Amino acid sequence: MAKVLMKGNEALAEAAIMAGCRHFFGYPITPQTELAAYMAKKMPKIGGVYLQAESEIAAINMVLGASAAGKRAMTSSSSPGISLKSEGISYIAGSDLPAVIVNVQRGGPGLGGIQPSQADYWQATRATGHGDFHLMVYAPSTVQEMTDLVALAFDNADKYRMPVMILSDGMLGQMMEPVELKTANATDCPIEKPWAACGHRNSRPHNVINSLYLTPQALEELVKKRYEKYEVIKKEEQMADEYLTDDADIILVAYGASSRICRTAVNTARKEGIKAGLIRPITLWPYPAKYIEKHIAHAKAFLCVEMSMGQMVDDVRLCVNGRKPVAFYGRTGGIIPAPDEVLNEIRKLTGGVK
Amino acid sequence: MAVVFQKPQALLDVPFTYCPGCTHGIIHRLVAETIDELGIEGHTVGVAPVGCSVMNYNFFACDMVQAPHGRAPAVATGLKRAIPENIVFTYQGDGDLAAIGTAETVHAAVRGENITVVFVNNAIYGMTGGQMAPTSLPNQVTQTTPYGRDTSYSGHPIRVCEMLATLEGTALAQRVSVDNVKNVQNAKKAIKKAFTYQIEKRGFSIVEVLSTCPTNWGLDAQESLQWLRDNMIPYYPLGVYKDVGGTTK
Repeated sequence: MAKVLMKGNEALAEAAIMAGCRHFFGYPITPQTELAAYMAKKMPKIGGVYLQAESEIAAINMVLGASAAGKRAMTSSSSPGISLKSEGISYIAGSDLPAVIVNVQRGGPGLGGIQPSQADYWQATRATGHGDFHLMVYAPSTVQEMTDLVALAFDNADKYRMPVMILSDGMLGQMMEPVELKTANATDCPIEKPWAACGHRNSRPHNVINSLYLTPQALEELVKKRYEKYEVIKKEEQMADEYLTDDADIILVAYGASSRICRTAVNTARKEGIKAGLIRPITLWPYPAKYIEKHIAHAKAFLCVEMSMGQMVDDVRLCVNGRKPVAFYGRTGGIIPAPDEVLNEIRKLTGGVK
Repeated sequence: MAVVFQKPQALLDVPFTYCPGCTHGIIHRLVAETIDELGIEGHTVGVAPVGCSVMNYNFFACDMVQAPHGRAPAVATGLKRAIPENIVFTYQGDGDLAAIGTAETVHAAVRGENITVVFVNNAIYGMTGGQMAPTSLPNQVTQTTPYGRDTSYSGHPIRVCEMLATLEGTALAQRVSVDNVKNVQNAKKAIKKAFTYQIEKRGFSIVEVLSTCPTNWGLDAQESLQWLRDNMIPYYPLGVYKDVGGTTK
């Protein structure tokens, strides 16, 4: 298929439709609104459902309902809206339902701002709601990846029966890039869902979708079973992209929009004779620890760069576990760091570790 | 020998978890009889609320989904939009529907969402031990209004059917009671009408059922029914607040 020029938010929406999503429930918020608007335009023409909910809370619960009925369902929002969805995400996880949630991040906390940010990393990977649970979290860094990861998100949501988040940001959502739309599922439910509450048609006992377990032993047993699944995911699903890491002394770690800045800074550093490289996590949960692990022996230092005050750096430090220095550089509030700022940090580290 | 009375098919053979004297059991039965009589169990999906009736997913024989507190109409919307030929109902208490879930309730009606809501109003939060509900009456003593509900401080009780009757998308808004045989029969007719309207794709239907909470009202079963008659019905008059009418008998 030929490449087309598309805005990140719209490309993601089209890719979701191609992945078989026919049920989208939205609520307006900058900078994700184009995604919902695209769904509103497209869904009626292909027999799908676009519905504007009365709130982000209602939208995520409509996703819960459509997913419980066995359909591929999605919602999208931006940071403050994801906070509102966190209740529903916890229930979806606790009910073992698949769902895809898109967060086009903006600055926070509170109403924050509307410029790009990566300050929801902790929320996405640590606490997207109450209780012991995880989401799978994918972090695209190009418009192409905004589309490629959506099909994977739906497939893994169905495969593991859990919510999956696409953690994007205002820069990727709003920018236009050439994109090739690849996958196409013909139906809106590519896999069998015998657990779905779609009406028993007098042919099986009733299905119940539920997250209430009043007996502590039963709840613990269920949560532990879910964590066994998480261990499988940690083994099977880690994804990261590496750039010039094989001989690198200084390894940058950055995801999404900030990874693009870091790539430029790495190129400039190489021209200056500094052996810099970049690990770009694509899955934020499971964290791609194995990609970091294999470079700990030869790297002299790690530099984590984020559009936040430092959130993913916690995971880098957990992986490195004191074996090498881990530095952090970040801008927040909607500011995208410039390549020169990152280059300065690389230079500082080189001076320090020579 | 002719069978004149039996458990409805749409109720599973599971003991209820309700307190003695509570009218949830009667209301469950009316919903289940309706499902039986309309022959819709196989393509009906119910949505359980948070509150005393949270575990009704164990009682109804149709497929069931348990919703977050107040979100049952949104969950029902997702279920119905996903498979429009299914019959989808929610079963919610007053705290769930008229406090935390007010937006979901109102906007499901605004959209004319083709679902049926069975709203059980007993003027108190039962599950959590008897706190003030949005429908608690003026001067009613509850755990969180120990000196009686002071309407100048805690606001006035909300009349849900009257409010929803103002909305275009509402097809049926009717308040009934289950305090005596005649009222139980009327309640059954209203619930059956609400489900029938959904089958006929008429839009949002809600039946508000005045109910008792002997445990948290501090009364026995008979006293509770009398308290309902003396206090609730005057504030919440029984009747049809909106009915788009038509062919349904």
